[in-house]
Amino acid sequence: MEVSPLDRNGMAAWCARDIPEGWLVNLGIGIPTLVADFVPPEHEVIFHAENGVIGVGPAPAPDAVNPFLINASTTHVTLRTGGSYMHHADSFAIARGGHLDLCVLGAFEVAENGDIANWARSADEPVKQVGGAMDLAIGAQRLWVVMEHTTKEGEARIRQRCTYPLTAKGVVKRVYTNLAVLDVAPHGFVVRDMVRGMTLEALQARTEAKLHTEFSR
Amino acid sequence: MIDKFVHCMADAMADIADGSTVLLGGFGDVGIPTALLDGLIEQGARDLTIVVVAGGRDGSAIERLLSLGRVRKLICSFVRPASLAGRLLQRGDLEVEVVPQGTMAERMRAAGAGITGFYTPTGADTLLAEGRETREIGGKLCLLEYPLPGDVALIEAWSADRWGNLTYRDSARNFNPVMAMAAQLSIAMTRNVVPLGELTPETIVTPGIFVDRVLHVPL
Repeated sequence: MEVSPLDRNGMAAWCARDIPEGWLVNLGIGIPTLVADFVPPEHEVIFHAENGVIGVGPAPAPDAVNPFLINASTTHVTLRTGGSYMHHADSFAIARGGHLDLCVLGAFEVAENGDIANWARSADEPVKQVGGAMDLAIGAQRLWVVMEHTTKEGEARIRQRCTYPLTAKGVVKRVYTNLAVLDVAPHGFVVRDMVRGMTLEALQARTEAKLHTEFSR
Repeated sequence: MIDKFVHCMADAMADIADGSTVLLGGFGDVGIPTALLDGLIEQGARDLTIVVVAGGRDGSAIERLLSLGRVRKLICSFVRPASLAGRLLQRGDLEVEVVPQGTMAERMRAAGAGITGFYTPTGADTLLAEGRETREIGGKLCLLEYPLPGDVALIEAWSADRWGNLTYRDSARNFNPVMAMAAQLSIAMTRNVVPLGELTPETIVTPGIFVDRVLHVPL
């Protein structure tokens, strides 16, 4: 059977369907931002943007853009009824203080011990782009990552140990890739789901870390 | 009578000294006190340390200040490689301190609140902690962070009264209230001027006690 890897929207939709109603969720830049598009408005999930918005709604109609209302990706958004604003220190207190039920980030690499690397490709990169990822990664109740399973060159991004500089240690709970959903358990990665046509053997071949199929050894 | 309004940019920018640390509000294109930044360029202070969320895209107000060689150091949460700040940094012509965005906000909050240091797990397990003081608290490795006070804060507000009470518009609030509290001299530009009493007590976000000067810059 032909393997059908997911595109960016497919990965976002896969993640979105696992978010329970009532959660407070921060979505990182890139594919994670797309997750909100796959949560129907009647399923009330509250989205937080770290620039000080609680209750981020969908993109505005082109003729109804509020120039003062953006999300952390600096994209124009709307505010849902019931939403509110706060300043940056309070907004990051939401992240750092453990108030987020979930944060979804993109990453370069995730390791079987829950380490995440998503801000620099090497230690001596002169130009640093930290943003808010370190604050979000350590503070949220759970951290999920959405990313391609391998690099464009086929290099594994699901690893025993990260090779890029870390964003935080031991924080990732689940990874959604274009091929599979993996949970990070105490003994390593556990395969929760795979795309149509994918086999465990073929998935393992694209993964540097050992894949498990059971939640306890 | 308390009246924090100044009537021209020169008065707003008076006495900003060379070598000052300037806290600059805004996130993305929202809540940036662009007119005040232009005023600072005009005023001429140099050797500045600028605290701002990001190094700015080319074409941004911060780029103009950088391009005039007036900034000695940038404290921010990220710098785009394809920006003037990124190019200056790669040439070694600009000192940059990269701080996680939440730590940056909290360091300014601490400065305004008289907190002389705090420990946070943010960044403790990363390159940013190299050579710095850490300790384990509650089973988590934590990093010691110091307050980040400003000599000057440049703030964009939506409405202001003569006491300097401020409101903000939507997500334009961002760093502005925290910076107003963290600086010795807080200078706000406001889009709207209202009589004292019109902003109800429940509406005021930054009480005027944190604001020294207000300049009316209509939208």
